[in-house]
Amino acid sequence: MKAWLGVVTAVSASALLAGCSSADTDATRPGDTATSVTVFAAASLKATFTELAGRFESDHPGTKVALNFAGSSDLVAQLTQGARADVFASADTTNMTKAVDAGVIAGDPVAFATNILTIVTPPGNPKGITRFADLAAPGTQVVVCAAQVPCGAATEKLERATGVTLTPVSEESSVTDVLGKVTSGQADAGLVYVTDAAGAGDKVATVPFPDSAAAVNTYPIAALADSTNPTAAQQFIGLVTGPTGKDVLSAAGFGTS
Amino acid sequence: MRSQRRGQSVVQVGLPGWIYLPATLGALFVIVPLIAILLKIDWPNFLPLVSSESSRAALVLSLKTAAASTLVCILLGVPMAMVLARSQFHGLSVLRALVLLPLVLPPVVGGIALLYTFGRQGLLGAHFDLWGIRIAFSTTAVVLAQSFVSLPFLVVSLEGALRSAGTGYENIAATLGARPTTVLRTVTVPLVLPGLVSGAVLAFARSLGEFGATLTFAGSLQGVTRTLPLEIYLQRETDADAAVALSLLLITVAAVIVIVSGTRRLASPL
Repeated sequence: MKAWLGVVTAVSASALLAGCSSADTDATRPGDTATSVTVFAAASLKATFTELAGRFESDHPGTKVALNFAGSSDLVAQLTQGARADVFASADTTNMTKAVDAGVIAGDPVAFATNILTIVTPPGNPKGITRFADLAAPGTQVVVCAAQVPCGAATEKLERATGVTLTPVSEESSVTDVLGKVTSGQADAGLVYVTDAAGAGDKVATVPFPDSAAAVNTYPIAALADSTNPTAAQQFIGLVTGPTGKDVLSAAGFGTS
Repeated sequence: MRSQRRGQSVVQVGLPGWIYLPATLGALFVIVPLIAILLKIDWPNFLPLVSSESSRAALVLSLKTAAASTLVCILLGVPMAMVLARSQFHGLSVLRALVLLPLVLPPVVGGIALLYTFGRQGLLGAHFDLWGIRIAFSTTAVVLAQSFVSLPFLVVSLEGALRSAGTGYENIAATLGARPTTVLRTVTVPLVLPGLVSGAVLAFARSLGEFGATLTFAGSLQGVTRTLPLEIYLQRETDADAAVALSLLLITVAAVIVIVSGTRRLASPL
């Protein structure tokens, strides 16, 4: 028993020592500030934030940006359960409010982008869908987001605004699942964000419709209360909300004002 | 077995004392999360949470589809296990590896594979579509997804049972003039029945918990394709309390399965 415990102690002690020594070398490397910014961002920001992180790293040599992409509600859950991060960018105000209410956010969140829904169909639009009401046509297999997730809430808003009630064949828990059902040819049409449609390229046909303006999703960004690097966090937020951020985001289909 | 018989002068080898420490840690690793979920439950609202319309629809759908999948697994898996355990032909080991692949495959990969097989533009699905058969977004798709991931569990446990039962009794029955089908019915199946039951229980439990393949292949619609794990995943987005309450429901069903089927059977060497 004793011998075994000894082994465990020795192993964990050496692991601790190894951890300490590597941390020491990082901190004392000459001429290197070795800071890092951890950014938790909504899954729909993956392409744009990856690009912006690259720009940030070249603008701030020695600073690393660590990105974590997931559904906004997952990210809020992670943050409130004690995950370490410096910046949080949400795909909707509801989840940012949840984070603010949980006390993990420092200061006021800033809106930096908007997103609207669009209709996507398999390439060539075989069902000839031209407007929102066409989605309710009998025999049209429509896939949407479930009301519990932001894209589904936006879909419900559009149904109310247009007075068209959809009878979807599936209510997915994420917008990527909706897109997947359309790109794989399972569904005749789906409702996704314009940025998802743009990201899918020619795997889908996009059918813009004027009613989509009735449900605009706002993306807020904020620094976290327990950020270990608040200066770099503010610099990253500055990049996202500044001209570079606007360029990258609008190129991907986001609305920036 | 024999060494444990009383009255024999065989020295009993006890376990080394230190082994209880990691064993206890392992047990706690499994048990503590279960306790954590029990502590997290909003008990006053538990009944309303689990008896909501969407929860009941999900539970009923889960039980129905898991039962149907278990039936599919028995109908297809029993013959498969027999072929794998008893016959000899070239490439048998390769075939075994292939049909048992879903055992180690991430279910989401299984879902994608099914999509390109039974989906509307899939290998077989495109033909089904011409005949007016739509599998995508139907309860059939859920059963297919569950059967796909559960089948190897039944096959593996039954094949093991067949191998450990050996062919002795079967050979004797054959020498006495029984035809292969008679041997199968009167000797083989009764002999491996415990293995078959535990395999079917495993398949049912695996079907009940199926998530990835269903989500990828079948979609998610209340009462049609949204099984309990999918409902939990969705509820978690907005109502963590409901997700926790439903999780307990699934844990309870799983516990009942394990207890009813007898831990002895599940624990017996397969």
